[in-house]
Amino acid sequence: MTLKEIKDILQAEVIFGEDSLDLNIDFAGGSDLMSDVLAFGKPGILLLTGLTNAQSVRTADIIEAKAIVYVRGKKPVPEGIRLAEEKGIPLLSTEFMMYSACGLLFSRGLKGVSDHYEKK
Amino acid sequence: MENENEFSLQFEIKGSNFGNAGRVSTEIKEILQEIGINPSIIRRAAIATYEAEMNIVMYANRGTLSLNVTPEELLIRLDDEGPGIKDIDMAMQEGFSTATDEMREMGFGAGMGLPNIKKNADKFTISSIFGKGTSLEIVFNLDQAEQK
Repeated sequence: MTLKEIKDILQAEVIFGEDSLDLNIDFAGGSDLMSDVLAFGKPGILLLTGLTNAQSVRTADIIEAKAIVYVRGKKPVPEGIRLAEEKGIPLLSTEFMMYSACGLLFSRGLKGVSDHYEKK
Repeated sequence: MENENEFSLQFEIKGSNFGNAGRVSTEIKEILQEIGINPSIIRRAAIATYEAEMNIVMYANRGTLSLNVTPEELLIRLDDEGPGIKDIDMAMQEGFSTATDEMREMGFGAGMGLPNIKKNADKFTISSIFGKGTSLEIVFNLDQAEQK
């Protein structure tokens, strides 16, 4: 699934990375807890989160996430946006809440991180 | 970095400096990429370093991180001046945490940090003097045969 499709499904706004919408995303994971993201995250993951501080982007960079979707209409702090620009991590924001955002993507075939890795 | 096969670097980490938290780990990740370390080792090292750096930012007054690279291994050592850990066995249990609400609001403090560092490292040692500080040694084997 491309980031463009994800943007459309979630009716999301692109905060950064309009040029990267053709990126292919194979799996996703959602959490507000960066400790968990660091424990379960795998390279290439699409991260859905409601955490808007700079650590959300820092964590995504550390685990090599492909992009971040902020749920519930949230947007990252300016420092987070700067870091994302520096690291080339696209940022999207959707009005959907976490459960709905994940459910919508899952129902359209985007697997969770564990499903993706079990399949391999 | 005259000799790329063997060098050591030191970084300062300030306690409570949440704005910059993680910057040292990002820098280390870039250095490891530059010298061509295996990407899966870089990933594990970056996660372990980030968790350890966050611990210093959240709990300690200040700390230093030293990165030592030899052809055989990557050694990351962190020493902090801080409250120390009373019961290390307890701190190593998943889910055990003494984090404040502020730390949890930042997305940390779930009691996963130290166990996650251990999980990612090839060798992990921790020592602490309660009331004084904590030291971590995180080792990654660069020798293919001994890697996780």
